[in-house]
Amino acid sequence: MAENYEPKILAFLCNWCAYAGADLAGVSRFQYPPTLRVIRTMCSGRVDPLYIAEGLVNGYDGVFVSG
Amino acid sequence: MDVGRHLNINIIPNTEVTSLEGEVGNFKARLESVPRFINLDNCTGCGECKSVCPVTAVNEFDCGLNVRSATYIQYAQAVPLAFTIDKDKCIGCGLCERVCLADAIDYAQEPNTAEVEVGAVIMSQGSDAFDPSKFDHYSYSQYPNVITSLEFERILSASGPYQGHLMRPLDREEPAKIAWLQCVGSRDINRCDHSYCSSVCCMYAIKEAVIAKEHASGNLSCNIFYMDMRTHGKDFEKYYDRAKDEGVNFVRSRVHSITEDPKTGNLFLEYVTEAGEIVRDEFDLVVLSVGLEAKESAIDLAKNLGIELNGHNFVATSDQNPVSTSREGVFVCGAFQGPKDIPQSVVEASAAAAAAGEILADSRYKDTKEVELVPETNVVGERPRIGVFVCSCGINIAGTVDVDEVAEYSKTLPYVEYVTNNLYTCSQDTQEIMTQIIKEQNLNRVVVASCTPKTHEPMFRDTLTNAGLNKYLFEMANIRNQCSWVHANNPDLATKKSKDLVRMAVMKVALKEPLQEIKLDVNQNALVIGGGISGMTSALNLARQGFQTHLIEKNEELGGQAKSLYKTAKGEKVGEILNSLLTDVKNEKRIEVHLKTEIEEVDGFVGNFKTKLNKGGKPLEIEHGVATIATGAEEFKPDEYSYGESPMILTSLEFDKKLMAGELKAGEMDTAVFIQCVGSREPDRPYCSRLCCSHSIESALELKELNPEMNVYILNRDIRTYGDREELYKKAREMGVMFIRYSYDEKPEVVFKDGRIVVKAEDKIIGRVLEIETDLLTLATSIIPNKNIQLAQNFKVAMDEDGFYVERHAKLGPSEFATDGVFLCGLAHYPKPIDESIAQAKAASSRAVTLLAQGTVSTNGEIASVNQNNCSGCGTCVSVCPYSAPSFLEEGRMAGKADINAALCKGCGLCVASCRSGAIGLKGFDNEQIFSMISAA
Repeated sequence: MAENYEPKILAFLCNWCAYAGADLAGVSRFQYPPTLRVIRTMCSGRVDPLYIAEGLVNGYDGVFVSG
Repeated sequence: MDVGRHLNINIIPNTEVTSLEGEVGNFKARLESVPRFINLDNCTGCGECKSVCPVTAVNEFDCGLNVRSATYIQYAQAVPLAFTIDKDKCIGCGLCERVCLADAIDYAQEPNTAEVEVGAVIMSQGSDAFDPSKFDHYSYSQYPNVITSLEFERILSASGPYQGHLMRPLDREEPAKIAWLQCVGSRDINRCDHSYCSSVCCMYAIKEAVIAKEHASGNLSCNIFYMDMRTHGKDFEKYYDRAKDEGVNFVRSRVHSITEDPKTGNLFLEYVTEAGEIVRDEFDLVVLSVGLEAKESAIDLAKNLGIELNGHNFVATSDQNPVSTSREGVFVCGAFQGPKDIPQSVVEASAAAAAAGEILADSRYKDTKEVELVPETNVVGERPRIGVFVCSCGINIAGTVDVDEVAEYSKTLPYVEYVTNNLYTCSQDTQEIMTQIIKEQNLNRVVVASCTPKTHEPMFRDTLTNAGLNKYLFEMANIRNQCSWVHANNPDLATKKSKDLVRMAVMKVALKEPLQEIKLDVNQNALVIGGGISGMTSALNLARQGFQTHLIEKNEELGGQAKSLYKTAKGEKVGEILNSLLTDVKNEKRIEVHLKTEIEEVDGFVGNFKTKLNKGGKPLEIEHGVATIATGAEEFKPDEYSYGESPMILTSLEFDKKLMAGELKAGEMDTAVFIQCVGSREPDRPYCSRLCCSHSIESALELKELNPEMNVYILNRDIRTYGDREELYKKAREMGVMFIRYSYDEKPEVVFKDGRIVVKAEDKIIGRVLEIETDLLTLATSIIPNKNIQLAQNFKVAMDEDGFYVERHAKLGPSEFATDGVFLCGLAHYPKPIDESIAQAKAASSRAVTLLAQGTVSTNGEIASVNQNNCSGCGTCVSVCPYSAPSFLEEGRMAGKADINAALCKGCGLCVASCRSGAIGLKGFDNEQIFSMISAA
C-alpha cells in the first residue's frame, strides 16, 4: 500500500447530530483529510443498506454512517 | 436558532432594562444598549476580523483556559451570529475594518436608549457559578490543577481549549486519577452563606466522571466526594447506578484539606471515611463542583424593578404561583427563581409564557408580523434550469478554495444555466439580486455552494419563495464548514472537493420536484385528561388563553392526590390551593368538567382529534385539536416494614390525612420514626420519588411543633432536599430531628415488642444497632404512576418501563409528546411536588396554545409517502415510527395497506429504509436522489 494512501470515505450523517458535528469541526477549524464526501440525511435511520453497497460499488474504500 | 429566525421574536442584544413603569398589560420599559462596534445587519459572522486582530485577551467562555482576540464571538452557536469588539481590549489598530468586506465594523457606535411598550415581562437572567477563589481552603487560586466543574466542562468540550482531549491545566498531561468535591458553594453556611442545595451539581459531576472515562486513554479513576447523592430527576437514579457499574467511585465524605506536591502538581486530599478512618490520597486533578448563585446584575435589576427577592437573592415566588413575582405582570423562570436543571428551567420558561399569555390573550396577533405570500410559478414538467451561486464568504471560502475555478466548473454540469460568484451570498442585497436572477433567467432549481444548510437553508428557501419558486427546489453544497475551513492547508484538494460537492448538489437538485405543504385547520377545543392539581391548572390556563376546554376526571370529584396533602414545602396549605383552583374551574365559563368519565377510543391526529368517552355509562364524543395528559400517580402501598399490622404504621399520605383530621395525638407520643425510600430506588422501582425526603421532613417538623419533646427519627439512604428545600433539612436538624442513614443492603427492621413498634437500624456513625421504640412509624413510599396502557395506545404516546409517560425530549421538550398535539404534565411525567406540577401544567398549556393559536398546522413538504400498490401491509413502518405517522388504511380499495399521515410525519425516513417492499418514498431525500449523489461523489 502506498505510504501516503488516504482512503476515500463516503459519509451519511444525521442532520441533527453528526452533520452538525461536522459543521462544528469546521467552526473549530479541525483539519482532516479532504477525501471524505458527506451526504446529509434527516436521520441515520434513513440510510438504506443499498446506499452502503452503492458507495462501495462507486469506488469508495469505506462508508461511514453516523447519527 | 429557532429563536433567531422567529418572525415575532425581536432579539435586542447588548441591552439592559433600566426601568419599568406602568402596570400589568401596559408597561413601558426603558432600554439601554451598549455598542458592539459591529453592525449587526452587515456582519455575516465570517470571522475575518477575528483572524487579523492582534490583541490577545482572556477567553471568559473557556473560563480563562484559552485566549481570544478583541474582536470575538463568544461561542460558535451564538445568536445573533455576529462579532463584537471588546473596546476595553481593542487597541484601535483598524485592521479589522480594513479586512471586513461586509463593511460591518463601526467604531463610531454610541450607546443608545430606547423605550418599548409591553404587556408582560419575563425575567430569565439565569445564575452565576459560585467563585471558589475567595476561599483559601479550596486552594483554587493556589494550585493550577484544582479547577471548577465549569472549567472541566470546557476541557471535555470538543470546541473547548484542549479540543476535548482530557488534560490538566498545569502540564497538559492526561490525568489518571480525578477527584470531584461536591457542595462547593452550596449547603455551606460557614463560609459562603449559601445554605441551599444547588440541585444540579451531583448530576453534572456524575456526568463529567462518565464522560471523562470515555475520553480517557487508559482506565481513569474517577472519585466523587459527596454528602448526599442527589439524583432526584427523571432517569437520574438510573444514570447514578450506571456510573457505579462503570467504576465511578463514590465516597461519602467532606474533604477538609487540599495540599499540593510542588514537584508533580498532584494534590493530596485528606478526609475521614464513614467508618471514621482518616485517609490521605493523591490525585492528578481536583474538580470543584461549584454551585449556583444569583447574578449581581440580576439582583440589582430586580431591586430596581421592585421585584421581591428571597433570602438567597433569588426571585421570591409561592408554590401556588411558581412563576409569578411580587409585581403583577412580571414573571420569572429558570435559575433566577432558584437553582435548577435544564428540564425544570424549560418547564418554567413555558409556564411563564403561559402566565403571560393569560394577560395578553385579548391582544394576541395585534402587533405581530406575517409573511407576505408571493404566488408560486408552476415548474412541473419543465426541463431543469439550474442556477449555481458560489459564495466566497469574504475569504473564508475563497482564501482556500479557488471559487472562480469552482464556478467555471459548475457551468459544465448538466442542466446548469446560470453560475455566479458572490462575496457573501447570504447578505441582504445579494438575496434581492438572487430573487431578480431567478426570475430573469427563468431558473427552476437553485444550488448555493456556501456554508451549512443547518444555519442558512431556511433563509435561502425564503429567497426562492420570494422569487415565486417552490422552496424545495433548492440544495446547498457545504464548501465552507465541511471544506475550506477543514482543509485550509490543502487548497488544491479543497477546490477539487468543492467541485465534487457542487456536482453532487446539482445532480440531486435536478431530480427534485416542487413539494406542497398542506394546511390543516386546528380544532379550537382542548381536552385535558385528569382532574388533579395539574389537570385543573392546565385547563384553567387554556381557558384563560381563550380556548374551550373539556376537563375529564374518572372519579366522582376533582382534586386528585392533593385532597390528601397537608402543606407544600414552603408551608402553604394544599387544601387552600385546591379550593381556589376548584372555585376558579367552577367559575370559568370556557371549562366543561366531565366527572366519572373515561376515554374509550381516540381517533384522528394533531388539530383534529375525535375522542369517544364513557361519561357515567353514557357515550359522549368530543372533537378537539389538542390533548393534555395529566393522569397523575398514586402512592405505593408497601409490602414490607409490617405495614398493615398496626394502625400506627402509616404511609406519608395517611400521615397527612390523620394530621389534617386532628387524629394524630402528637402530645401523647414520645417517639416517631420515618423510613425513606420505601419502594423507591429498588430493583422493582429504580427511580427516586423526588418529593418524599422533603415531605417527611415537613411532617417531622409538624410533629416537633406540636410536641417539641418528641424524639423524631428519619431513616434515610440520602437526604434529597434539593434547592431551598435544604432549609427544611437544616431547620429539622436544628430542632433535634435525628437522621440515621441506612443502605439498601441493610434495611431497617420493624418488630413488635409488648405491643409497641420497634425499629432496628444500624447507626453508621457510632457503628451500633439502635432499637427505637416508637409510637408512630411513617413509611415514605414511592410514587407509582397510574399505568394506563390503553390511554397511551389511544394517543400513540410512549410509556417507560416504570409506567411514566415519555416526553418528546428529556431536556428541551419535557411537557409534550413526540406525537404532535399531545401534551403532558404532573405526576404522570415523573414524581414532583405541587409547585413543579403547577409549573408543568402551565407549560403543557403553553405548548398547546402555540398550536391552537395558529389556527392551522402546516405539514412539512419533505415527508414519506406510501405507494400502496407495492405495500405488503407488514406493519414494519407502523412499529418503527417514533411519531405514529404510519397506520393501516381501514377502508377502500387499499384497505390493510399502510398510509402516512402527512401532519405527523417528520421526514426522518426510518420507515423508508425499513420498508421490505420498497413501497415508501421520502420526498426530498428519495432513493434516486441519494443514488445520484453517491454516483456523483
